Amino acid sequence: MKTADLVIVGGGPAGMAAALAAYHKGVKDILILERDRELGGILNQCIHNGFGLHRFQEELTGPEYAVRYMDLVQEKNISHMLNTMVVDVQGGEFCLITAMNKEQGMFQIKANAIILAMGCRERSRGAMNIPGYRPAGIYSAGTAQRYVNIEGRMPGKEVVILGSGDIGLIMARRMTLQGAKVRLVAEIMPYSGGLKRNIVQCLDDFGIPLKLSHTVTEIHGKDRVEGVTVSRVDERLSPVPGTEQFVKCDTLLLSCGLIPENELSLGAGALMDEVTQGPVVNERLETTVPGIFACGNVLHVHDLVDNVSKEAETAGAFAAEYILHGEKEWGEAVRPKIPAKTKCTLPEDRDTGSQLICIGCPVGCLITAQRKEDGSLAISGNTCGKGEAYARSEMTAPVRTITSMIRVEGGTGRVVPVKTKSEIPKGKIAECMREIKKAVVKAPVSVGDVLIENVAGTSVSVVATGNMRVF
Amino acid sequence: MYDVIIIGAGVSGCAIARELSRFQLKILVLEKELDVCEGTSKANSGIVHAGYDAGPGTLKARLNVEGSRKMETLSKELDFPYQRNGSLVLCFDPKEKDKLWELKERGEANGVEGICILDRQKLLELEPNVGDAAVAALYAPTGAIVCPFGLTIALAENAAENGVEFVFGAKVQGLEKAQEGYLVHTPKQDYETKVVVNAAGVYADEIHNMVSGIKMKIIPRRGEYLLYDKNVGSMVSHTLFQLPTALGKGILVTPTVHGNLLTGPTAQDVPGKEETDTSREGMERITERAALSVKEVPGRQVITSFAGLRAHITEFSEGEAGDFVIGEAADAAGFIDVAGIESPGLSCAPATGEYVAGLVKKLLEPLEKENFIGTRKGIPSMALASDEERHRLIKENPAYGNVVCRCETVTEGEILDAIRRPLGARTTDGVKRRTRAGMGRCQAGFCNPRVVEILARELQVEESQIRKSGEDAWYILSPEEGGSL
Ligand SMILES: Cc1cc2nc3c(=O)[nH]c(=O)nc-3n(C[C@H](O)[C@H](O)[C@H](O)COP(=O)(O)OP(=O)(O)OC[C@H]3O[C@@H](n4cnc5c(N)ncnc54)[C@H](O)[C@@H]3O)c2cc1C
Ligand SMILES: Cc1cc2nc3c(=O)[nH]c(=O)nc-3n(C[C@H](O)[C@H](O)[C@H](O)COP(=O)(O)OP(=O)(O)OC[C@H]3O[C@@H](n4cnc5c(N)ncnc54)[C@H](O)[C@@H]3O)c2cc1C
Repeated sequence: MKTADLVIVGGGPAGMAAALAAYHKGVKDILILERDRELGGILNQCIHNGFGLHRFQEELTGPEYAVRYMDLVQEKNISHMLNTMVVDVQGGEFCLITAMNKEQGMFQIKANAIILAMGCRERSRGAMNIPGYRPAGIYSAGTAQRYVNIEGRMPGKEVVILGSGDIGLIMARRMTLQGAKVRLVAEIMPYSGGLKRNIVQCLDDFGIPLKLSHTVTEIHGKDRVEGVTVSRVDERLSPVPGTEQFVKCDTLLLSCGLIPENELSLGAGALMDEVTQGPVVNERLETTVPGIFACGNVLHVHDLVDNVSKEAETAGAFAAEYILHGEKEWGEAVRPKIPAKTKCTLPEDRDTGSQLICIGCPVGCLITAQRKEDGSLAISGNTCGKGEAYARSEMTAPVRTITSMIRVEGGTGRVVPVKTKSEIPKGKIAECMREIKKAVVKAPVSVGDVLIENVAGTSVSVVATGNMRVF
Repeated sequence: MYDVIIIGAGVSGCAIARELSRFQLKILVLEKELDVCEGTSKANSGIVHAGYDAGPGTLKARLNVEGSRKMETLSKELDFPYQRNGSLVLCFDPKEKDKLWELKERGEANGVEGICILDRQKLLELEPNVGDAAVAALYAPTGAIVCPFGLTIALAENAAENGVEFVFGAKVQGLEKAQEGYLVHTPKQDYETKVVVNAAGVYADEIHNMVSGIKMKIIPRRGEYLLYDKNVGSMVSHTLFQLPTALGKGILVTPTVHGNLLTGPTAQDVPGKEETDTSREGMERITERAALSVKEVPGRQVITSFAGLRAHITEFSEGEAGDFVIGEAADAAGFIDVAGIESPGLSCAPATGEYVAGLVKKLLEPLEKENFIGTRKGIPSMALASDEERHRLIKENPAYGNVVCRCETVTEGEILDAIRRPLGARTTDGVKRRTRAGMGRCQAGFCNPRVVEILARELQVEESQIRKSGEDAWYILSPEEGGSL
């Protein structure tokens, strides 16, 4: 039987950061087991930027953040197995992990400790009780994201998105940039759970309506989605009869919440917390099963990957301590601190041309900016100088960073994620996307490689944000 | 020239095909969809009824009891999931206990074995989670559960192995009396046959009316369901029916053979024969009524909802009202109806197959085959296999080590098997019904792109050509439509 001091289930940001922390504490015999074909977890498909501001004090895309950790894992020679599904874990004095892959078949590993870092999954249509038919064309946002950003394939042309959390908003922009028409984003709550910045840059930029206090009440089309009924909901979130509206579309994306993926934790007998939907842990992030620790989205759903890395380091360090110095009194259950959800409310009839949401800080003032007859700007509604500056730049020379992907020939995958190295004028987005869509590059590709120079005549280059090996 | 053409590859058509494949006959099954089991046979309760419901003397009662008796052996011969879990009919009103006795008498008259009446105490011993209002119950130990797709696919595969041909995407649009037998029109081709078996489910009236002057009308009666996560599957171990009350026909609560929990069905007449959509009212009704049978309906554990259509005959002058219509049409020799196959058509299937084969035998007097293959092996399940078996399978083909569906632990090896066997899967629904990939709690969120990729690779088509079920059920745009980068 294989053995390891520490086995980590899941090679996403949580798994990798936990491994590195344990390594630094002196545990060198570590094995990461990952079911996907790469390390990196969900980050590999989150090709947009907005990662790493806390951790690296710079704004990275998901794949770039992942690559930083992958490089460290490689540098420290921490072993990992890809395409390997863990099917069972058991705790105790000796932990036992059962896994499967094509090469080794089904095998077991004996370890001194386990860290669970399996991430989460998305709520499905069935779980939301949306009545109607069951055609093709209903995707969870993450599945669609995988199709577009990893497989390089488009799952539809005319899209309705249910749920205005960040994933829903990000996918609205992603689908639009790739040529789909996003009809609307419906949100059952009276506010959006997404960041203001995403409402501005993913919806407003493309004129996509956000319908707050609305939900999908029926799905039409027997073979493929042909449309959905969208209805207003009352304070109790029940659909209001008479407000039904048919929206023609061929695709419905569901972005309605994430659920920690705890099949293995349950199988190990870990006590679960109904609030976080993750295992109950103590301050050392140890579950109620001796030797089994947990961190990242499997413990509770995180909005920021930076917090995942931090939490995972705690788990990794305590797991190392457990391995090196033995079991301690379990102590008290400590529920991880979950930052309050953002609640972004907006006036329903907002004119996105003149009413701007400031993205300078989380307050998100609603600023009205109007051009006067003499050409100067009248700005009101801001509560600080940042707002004024933001409104001025938005009204005169707005800029955006574009993230997308480019086709690769001869690589292990079909596409590699890319971004504009710096911001480009907002008006150049369409032209920039045309050039990105036309481009084809040859594997290998490494993070930072310049793939297009002077895109759309902006003198900004398009660079790779991920690696691609030769097939 | 075929000896027999069977219209419809539901459980009835497939059971008939399998029985007829014992004989030296040239047989064709025509199915309008792209796979077997795409009609009512895919959306029902999956119960093998013990046989106390139908009136004594009806064909329904006879075929039910016979079918139920045969099902267990058949499940071993053809390797599909079946479990004799026993069923209970719950009574919620002490005044209505005599209705249980009526059921018991009817069941005994039909030949059902072992039925008895339980008081609440005994009931609680069998089902600790039973609702507080249940005062007594009828217990039928021969009641069982079966995988409806497993059964139908097994019958079809075995028929195919024994030489029955299947053509999919072949909607019968016309039937003409020919010199000898019938000419059957489908969009791509016409077929000649001596005998026609009409097993077209909710469309059996349309097929019947193509050749007979005695008109038949079927108005589908829709039944909606809620399916729950496996983690609440063991909430009940028997199938819990309800005695009909003033509020209407009852809602059942049952475990499925795969360990999920199922509640439903509703009953509502619908005008269209494809109206398998679910409704908010239906879901609410199920939840409300199921709450009588069990203490707590785990609403948050619902993973999907679905609906099936009962082939309810509303007009037909021949035969007994409410009974199956099985037999040669009075004014069309060589045309055999298998119509109005409402519940318990699934339970009856093994007996229906034999019964209809008997009718065909009388017409064609065929000889028995010497080389009939009576058994069939299903797709191995890595989730259920022993460790030894798992090692053996992976050694045989490493693809059995590659998990594709995380919720149900279905591997690439099983999916390849589903595609490569006779009448193999061509759609993701086909893969799902044969292997359970995509049947779990994430409802294919994880495995869908992976299954599409495997299907495309195996069938040697572009991924955009892969369908969920029907011709228009596409997943991703083709490169020409801008669907590929
Ligand atoms: C669409 C989207 C957008 C986001 N945007 C941002 C953003 O802009 N900024 C930000 O900071 N954060 C963002 N996040 C959040 C952040 O990406 C996640 O919180 C973080 O990736 C979670 O890390 P994790 O390691 O816990 O989980 P994951 O990244 O999901 O990794 C879990 C890994 O475990 C593997 N695994 C699971 N089960 C098994 C098993 N049984 N055997 C083997 N391997 C297994 C999985 O394959 C996966 O690789 C976003 C998340 C999503 C989904
Ligand atoms: C809600 C509900 C619950 C039920 N519960 C149970 C239960 O628990 N136990 C039980 O025993 N029974 C149950 N039943 C009954 C059982 O499901 C049916 O009796 C059985 O599935 C009928 O099978 P079939 O082959 O006759 O029809 P179907 O399965 O509908 O097959 C008919 C086939 O014919 C095809 N077809 C139609 N028209 C044409 C054409 N023109 N050309 C070619 N092909 C055509 C269709 O596509 C279809 O595949 C239930 C039924 C319903 C609706």
